[in-house]
Amino acid sequence: MQIGVPKEIHEGERRVATTPEVAEQLQKLGFSVSIECGAGMEANFSDEAYKEAGVRVVDDVRSLWASSDLIFKVRAPERHHKAGVDEVELLGEGKLLVSFIWPAQNEDFMRRLAARKATVIAMDSVPRISRAQKLDALSSMANIAGYRAVVEAAQYFGRFFTGQITAAGKVPPARVLVIGAGVAGLAAVGAAKSMGAIVRAFDTRPEVKEQVESMDAEFLMLEFEEGEDGTGEGGYAKVMSEEFIKAEMDLFARQAMEVDIIITTALIPGKPAPELITEAMVKTMRDGSVVVDLAAEQGGNCSLTEAGRVVKKHGVTLIGYTDLPSRLATQSSQLYATNLRHLLTDLCPEKDGTINVDMEDEVIRGATVIKDGEITWPPPAPKLSVRPEVSGRPKAAPARPVESGPAPPSVLGILLPFLLGGAALLGVGLVAPASFMEHFTVFVLACFVGYMVIWNVTPALHTPLMSVTNAISSIIVIGALLQVSAEVSLIKWLAGVAILITSINIFGGFAVTHRMLEMFRKG
Amino acid sequence: MTEGLANVSYLGAIILFILALGGLSNQETARRGNLYGMLGMAIALLATVALVERNYAIMVGGLAIGGTIGFVLARRVQMTQMPELVAILHSLVGLAATLVGFATFLNAERVHDFSAAEKTIHDIEVYLGILIGAVTFSGSVIAFGKLSGKIGGKPLTLPARHWLNLGLLILAIVFGVMFVQQAEEGGGLAPLIIMTVIALLFGVHMVMAIGGADMPVVVSMLNSYSGWAAAATGFMLESDLLIVVGALVGSSGAILSYIMCRAMNRKFLSVIAGGFGTAGGGAASAPAGEQGEVVAVTPEETAELLSAAKEVMIIPGYGMAVAQAQHTVNEMVKYLRENSVKVRFGIHPVAGRMPGHMNVLLAEAKVPYDIVFEMDEINDDFPDIDVSIVIGANDIVNPSAQEDADSPIAGMPVLECWKGKTTIVLKRSMATGYAGVENPLFYKENTRMLFGDARDSLEAVLKSLQG
Repeated sequence: MQIGVPKEIHEGERRVATTPEVAEQLQKLGFSVSIECGAGMEANFSDEAYKEAGVRVVDDVRSLWASSDLIFKVRAPERHHKAGVDEVELLGEGKLLVSFIWPAQNEDFMRRLAARKATVIAMDSVPRISRAQKLDALSSMANIAGYRAVVEAAQYFGRFFTGQITAAGKVPPARVLVIGAGVAGLAAVGAAKSMGAIVRAFDTRPEVKEQVESMDAEFLMLEFEEGEDGTGEGGYAKVMSEEFIKAEMDLFARQAMEVDIIITTALIPGKPAPELITEAMVKTMRDGSVVVDLAAEQGGNCSLTEAGRVVKKHGVTLIGYTDLPSRLATQSSQLYATNLRHLLTDLCPEKDGTINVDMEDEVIRGATVIKDGEITWPPPAPKLSVRPEVSGRPKAAPARPVESGPAPPSVLGILLPFLLGGAALLGVGLVAPASFMEHFTVFVLACFVGYMVIWNVTPALHTPLMSVTNAISSIIVIGALLQVSAEVSLIKWLAGVAILITSINIFGGFAVTHRMLEMFRKG
Repeated sequence: MTEGLANVSYLGAIILFILALGGLSNQETARRGNLYGMLGMAIALLATVALVERNYAIMVGGLAIGGTIGFVLARRVQMTQMPELVAILHSLVGLAATLVGFATFLNAERVHDFSAAEKTIHDIEVYLGILIGAVTFSGSVIAFGKLSGKIGGKPLTLPARHWLNLGLLILAIVFGVMFVQQAEEGGGLAPLIIMTVIALLFGVHMVMAIGGADMPVVVSMLNSYSGWAAAATGFMLESDLLIVVGALVGSSGAILSYIMCRAMNRKFLSVIAGGFGTAGGGAASAPAGEQGEVVAVTPEETAELLSAAKEVMIIPGYGMAVAQAQHTVNEMVKYLRENSVKVRFGIHPVAGRMPGHMNVLLAEAKVPYDIVFEMDEINDDFPDIDVSIVIGANDIVNPSAQEDADSPIAGMPVLECWKGKTTIVLKRSMATGYAGVENPLFYKENTRMLFGDARDSLEAVLKSLQG
């Protein structure tokens, strides 16, 4: 089948949906690839490079759309006045379009697309399950946006990021606050950290604390009584309660006075971006500070940012670019193209150049928003086969009881074993003679000692533990030795055999343990 | 020797045994711990030998012959055969407990001054001691057979096997009651012998029904039984030393069994009930979307990947033991470390056929233990790993434990090697692991398969690294 990659017509879009390198791999799957002339120019991929990779370069956009069975794009199809092209109109019946679509925000557009009787796969609707990570273009783009946000901030920030002591005086390090530790936030944390800044990060989902700390940044915990967990469906954040938001805002207000750069990445799927940085907070920031608002397109986390522009208000530079991935076009094209290739690998399991939109496959079902002219969005809720481990979460925010984590044991559940044990002991005490109770006491205490001691044994030494316990359990030899003095010859010989076999065990067990322990050496 | 002196010696032995187990908490103190154990055993033996009044020839003969056999076994055994050795040693403890039980029962003079209640309790102790001893004995013999390959590893699932087990248990109780009644009148040998046969059958059936992958649980469970057998013998002989040691060993084995079960996310009872890997075999296959082609690599390509890597994780499994590949692994690790590649080992608790099996093999090959880590210590590090090498392991690296709720191994903790950049799986063929579950890891995009005998493959990799 034929894959067509048109030039992006959106104003300022520099990305392209395939690179020469990826095009080569697409051909290995049995597809032929053609590309519109100059499609990769802005991302630094020349037509010659594509030609070398075996890609056909087509001059006319209309014939490209007409001759291709699959269309790979970055931006959703749109009308371009200057060129007089409406991409939706170009999409022919029975074809397959793969691009970002944002079906939730664009209902009219979805209806127009559906009328074309084609199949549409939205890269923004790929379900967030581990199997689909390799085709998660949102993550790839968010990663780039996070990195680029720091680079943009650095450009407008008047100082070093890293602290230095120079002959000309001491330079304090920049303080960066990243709000929302998703993929973009973590990328920003990493980039800012590697430039030498002091980085703090905040997120409503406590389980990202570890990820933030693993990047050597500080995770700001909210001192909030009830401990609310902001994890929503599919690993995104959800809307929080009023009290929580108030506590959160207090935290940001305090931080705004301290930090030099704020990077906000807070998004809730299908909702306008929450306002986190108020005008009052911006006023309290030092002159020359920078705010980068990655949510500018969805209304912005800061009320003062203007989408797509850089403005200066109250002495603070507010960056509201909405095209950060496009500003790193080579990199983002390469990652996006690879995501598309992974998608195609899933669509074409036979590697024979034909595709099968398998609606039974959870990943493909989730991403397919229009199937042969029928709107199939939204998909049924993805089923998480394994719940993320509840116990791994920090204590400050325990899982809410509505979640399907293990219920805390009831008082009865704790007491029951003790009650049963107590009753059993009482029963024994009632009938057993005193001499038995003495031994029984020793036995129970020894079990406890064993329990305490054995838990301390390092797992690496479990095999020596077994062989040494084996050796010492042959202490049974004592029983045999006590019997061997008997006059009756049957008893005598039974005891003799028992002595023999337990000796095998004693000597063999200790010797082999010794041999094993000798082998454990430190490097 | 007076009784007081003997008791003090026993107390000393108990303390030394506890110190011996405590010493195993880390590698530095373990050797000294083992010496404490030997010392304790020597003291206990000497103190008891002093009480022996006649038949010295049998005693000395038994100790000498047994000791020699033990030494020879310990010297000759291959580290890969440790599970078998441990199993057969367990069977000896069980057998000894049974023999001592019978000897005690026949030695009627010891109980003449017991009250009625004491007599009943003593009879029950004898009965229990023999019962546990016999189960331990026959179970361990079967476990030995399975581990050494003399008996097939497949679980034997008789129809209505749970009812069979229950029936055997009820029979044992019935004969127990008969035994106590008859013993009061001086008889009871017949029910005792019948019960012993039942217990032997029960041990055989129990271990036969357990599959190969569950062997670590079985071995540690039998370890526990051998302890309880010793404790029961202790009650029988009114010896606190035996009771304490038995309890220590019993709880040690029980804890090991628990750790193994937790590492497989399985209930202890369901392991013991047996038959794993046969039920739900149809549901075991991975979803169709996960299937795909596997990508095979040559040893040369593997060497290239390794020499380009900065962080390498090696995940050994039972296959490494089978192929005796641990020495080659060490050679390779040495080479990589000399070339400043950070190499670590990730050990799953149930890798191999007994607890700690892999650690012993690696130690034998002189892999320094400070680069050998437990699953929980390194599982979060996989995203930073450039190359993971899976040597003859399958179920312990199976992502369907996390991704497929219907998988028979769902919820079992696994080493998440697929989160690393590349995983190389050394395998003889595409067969499934002991759990009989398809492994989607092999079809993952960043997985490469290196087919062939693990040792031959690794030798080729090493050669190509050095060349």
